[in-house]
Amino acid sequence: MTLVSISGNLLFIAFICYLIATFFFGGAVRGSKTETSKFEKKWGRIGIVITVAGFISNLAYFITRWIAAGHAPVSNLFEFTTAFGMMLVGSFILIYFIYKTPLIGLFALPMAIIIIAYASMFPREITPLIPALKSYWLTIHVITAALGESILAISAVAGLIYLLKNVDLTKKSKQRFWLEIVMYTLVLTVGFVASTTTYKVMDYEATFSYVDKEQKAKEITYNAPAIFGMNEYKVLSSDKMIPLVETPAIVNAKKLTTVTWSLIFGTIIYGLLRLILRKSLSAFLQPFTRKANLQLMDEIGYRAVSIGFPVFTLGALIFAMIWAQEAWSRFWGWDPKEVWALITWLFYAAFLHLRLSRGWHGEKSAWLAVIGFIIIMFNLIAVNLIIAGLHSYA
Amino acid sequence: MAQTKRNRFFMRTFILIVLVFAIVYTIFTNATKDKIEVLGIGDQAPDFTLVDLNGEQHRLSDYQGQGVFINFWGTWCKPCAKEMPAMNRQYEVYKEQGVQILAVNIAQSDFEVNRFAKQYGLDFPIVIDKTKSVMEAYNIDPLPTTLLINQEGKIEQIVRGGMTEKDISQFMEQIRPK
Amino acid sequence: MNNIICACGHENPEGTVLCGNCGRPLTEEAENSKLVDMRYEGSARRSQTYNKTIIDKIWNFFSSVKVGITIILMIIVAAAIGTILPQVLYVPATTEADIAAYYERVYGTFGKIYNDLGLSDLFGSWWFQTLIGMLGISLVIASLDRVIPLYKSLKKQRIKRHESFMKRQRIFATGEDILGEDSFNISERKLKELRYKVKREDGALLAEKGRFSRWGPYVNHIGLIIFLFGVMLRALPGFYVDETMWIREGETRAIPEAPGYYLESKEFILETYENNQSNEVFSEAIDRVGTIVSNYQTNVVLFKNQENALPGQIDNLQQVKESSIQVNKPLKFDGYSVFQMDFRLNELKTMHFNLSNKSTGETLGALAIDLVNPEPLYDLGNGSSVELKGYYPDFSGFENGEPQTKSPVPNNPAFLVKMYTPNTPEGETSFVAIKQTVEPLGVNAYKLEFQNVETRDVSGLTIRKDESLWVLAIGGLIFMIGVAQGSYWNHRRIWLHKTNDGRLIVAAHTNKNWFGVKKELDIVTEVAHLPQYIDQHDLESEEFKKDGEKSS
Repeated sequence: MTLVSISGNLLFIAFICYLIATFFFGGAVRGSKTETSKFEKKWGRIGIVITVAGFISNLAYFITRWIAAGHAPVSNLFEFTTAFGMMLVGSFILIYFIYKTPLIGLFALPMAIIIIAYASMFPREITPLIPALKSYWLTIHVITAALGESILAISAVAGLIYLLKNVDLTKKSKQRFWLEIVMYTLVLTVGFVASTTTYKVMDYEATFSYVDKEQKAKEITYNAPAIFGMNEYKVLSSDKMIPLVETPAIVNAKKLTTVTWSLIFGTIIYGLLRLILRKSLSAFLQPFTRKANLQLMDEIGYRAVSIGFPVFTLGALIFAMIWAQEAWSRFWGWDPKEVWALITWLFYAAFLHLRLSRGWHGEKSAWLAVIGFIIIMFNLIAVNLIIAGLHSYA
Repeated sequence: MAQTKRNRFFMRTFILIVLVFAIVYTIFTNATKDKIEVLGIGDQAPDFTLVDLNGEQHRLSDYQGQGVFINFWGTWCKPCAKEMPAMNRQYEVYKEQGVQILAVNIAQSDFEVNRFAKQYGLDFPIVIDKTKSVMEAYNIDPLPTTLLINQEGKIEQIVRGGMTEKDISQFMEQIRPK
Repeated sequence: MNNIICACGHENPEGTVLCGNCGRPLTEEAENSKLVDMRYEGSARRSQTYNKTIIDKIWNFFSSVKVGITIILMIIVAAAIGTILPQVLYVPATTEADIAAYYERVYGTFGKIYNDLGLSDLFGSWWFQTLIGMLGISLVIASLDRVIPLYKSLKKQRIKRHESFMKRQRIFATGEDILGEDSFNISERKLKELRYKVKREDGALLAEKGRFSRWGPYVNHIGLIIFLFGVMLRALPGFYVDETMWIREGETRAIPEAPGYYLESKEFILETYENNQSNEVFSEAIDRVGTIVSNYQTNVVLFKNQENALPGQIDNLQQVKESSIQVNKPLKFDGYSVFQMDFRLNELKTMHFNLSNKSTGETLGALAIDLVNPEPLYDLGNGSSVELKGYYPDFSGFENGEPQTKSPVPNNPAFLVKMYTPNTPEGETSFVAIKQTVEPLGVNAYKLEFQNVETRDVSGLTIRKDESLWVLAIGGLIFMIGVAQGSYWNHRRIWLHKTNDGRLIVAAHTNKNWFGVKKELDIVTEVAHLPQYIDQHDLESEEFKKDGEKSS
């Protein structure tokens, strides 16, 4: 076995561990009310042991891949996203040992699982570094930024728990609607994983020729049945689905197709879940949060932001600026990724001011934490995939 | 109490003025950045020295006391080719009156410049800026660009783009030592 | 001026919530609430005290956190809009007309509107910069307004506070004094062990730690202000150089905006990862992607002119150093940095020809024309020679029978030559261009036969000098210190009182991490047998729940 395949297996083990640990944390918080503490402690302890084991395996993946590649495994979308998932688990472990709350694990681990699964949909082979990435700042900048983001993500987890417990799901309200939207969005990510995996297993490939926005003839290979065709496309593979709609040159129809398939699969999965559960996802999850201490969730949410914000600033802005000065000759260039890092930073700055000076505690603070996470994910996913800039290495 | 109140008023006014001034200045200079010229009219023309086609050194400061007509050009540039014969004719008129022409070619080969000079029968000194250092010092962008230097060595005018013979004669009149 | 005189006799400025001396609530709202609002210690924000002149009004506007947050949100929205389409900086067009055409061509009507609204240069627009400037003003004024009263009230805080102040703290306990005088002594010892600073007065104790963390927000604001100041400095002439230069292999060029410095390009290198040479774990990626570049590099020699040398005087350049410029490894000298940014491969450099007989194919000799420095005459020996009559590096056609060149770059070189051989001593004229030969003066017996070509690469370099970097670095450092100080430490206070009727009152406050202060108070409570505290905030939220109300 090569180091690379060992590394891949370690990641798989970590993935499985997180999956199992989630069930134990679920068991811990579901235990009957009377024997709460004993039951919770036992299941919670098993949960955290498995989580730590998974995390060690995850770290081992990271280190072995680092050794195999000769550079920190944070140089493409798969590697970065996986590292982010790993650090999310790491942050959760840290928070667990401070606050001893299995409930956070019940929500943080599935989040990490989805993130790692999402990451695995991208090309997984080790890529050599292009000249712009050949710098020790790659290691420093990316790891610190991912760490900061993962700590901030914990605040969103706490916020989500807060909302699930606090929002009245029996009455129709804006809060109820948006909470369910957040749930639906999470399911869409699963939809992306499901559709990509389905077509990967089917080995689906369809090649088209098209004309790009610079009027150049090009070829493109879809890995899913083409719903949208590229500008002036011509089908090159036989027996493949013919696109339903042709898009203008500025639209990347392949990406649009991927997004649409994720929507379709995600919506189907969501619909099935609704059918099986016979209630909204928020209503399904709410009982798990019944015993949540709102005060504690609020505190964890705030604590995570106040720990994560400086780390994020250091990694995503300061180290980023130092590196940009070295590599691109200017510390700031209004590149989309830079702008979104600034937006994230400003958002959390606003969060802190709202909380400290305007007394936005509790539910408002929880909503802000969730929105902050959405901005982070937007920067991680959409900016890389949709808004191409200097950072699109994937 | 009234005293502190007034002090506070002045303090606040002062701080606000400083802040607003700094910001307005920054925005203004950022907005006009592209138009800032390194050299302006009335500035001392940076001295330089270049070698002409006959191997002779020409140093700008050697012409102190005369008007100098510096023309940056290239053989491939059409307006340059158009104005060069006119410049030559005016040169014949004004060289006795203390106006010198220095035609600075931008880093082309001796062969091309020589051939060009011969083709158009140019008599004024033509120097070649092999490293583009004079071009950098004068921040020359479009070709041709002409600088009029008066007898004190100060820049009288910067002409970007081609000139007619009438322009040329007027410019030479302008820098003729009086 | 309406000063508020507290029951304890202390005079407080208008807007004060809690008496600066004893902590009694001074406003009706404060009196009615179960918990006191401990922001800025209940002191009056400076700007609340006066509200008269226009200056005061402007001042108050910027002093408000609400306004600050609004500005932040506006910047967020604007910045997000600025990422919808690439900014002009990243668009392959320079003139305004080209840019407008580009946006319309590539992004259609939306692109046209986007560009027409000026959103394509949003970050350079006056209004975006004004927003940033307003945020800067807000930072300065809001900080000034809060830090001074906070400093004063923390500095002069009394050990003994009024019972109503204690009662309204989130963590509060009251009960019997079990150990008598010892409860104070034991508490003091334990609190000191926990690294609190303890002050005592008869019947009262104040333990405090981490007060400096209260300055964190202001320290980080100072850092931000310095940073923004550094950004403003770049607008000053001479603080900031940003130039580009193209340099061909073998050329020596003056470095723009770096007087007296010259750069010679020795070689441009482009390397890619090869399957058989690089780490084999990369092979899968190389197979999938195709070519992956591993290195862009220009090998250069840096020269400096002598002191007092003039531009153009290049016969006495002093070599400073030989260096290679790579991406991520700029050449640095005298405050300047030269970056590898761009390249063009294979510009023509030398063309090789044979002079040959058209009918027999016999070759009379070879000549190489250096396109950078062509010579007037090439003597091939044996009585043959080629005279160069004209050279057109970027041939673009004939005008009035005269060959034209559209640039000085040898993209499409053409030559007008006269060929002399022993058989044709009069010479034959030929116009030789790529894929084209014209014989303007009749049919020739000889021709210049193209053999091959030598090329060279061109490096695109960026020259930067940024005198404001150290200001930015200091600003960033101070910001990080401030934000760490405010986030990773907390200001904790524990008050212990003995009332006149012999009961003990305990209260605690922290600016963040209540979990932490509770843990410490647990320890003290246990050893000193203090009454068990309650978290009044928890109770509050419980009650809210019961009433069916929402905490929002």
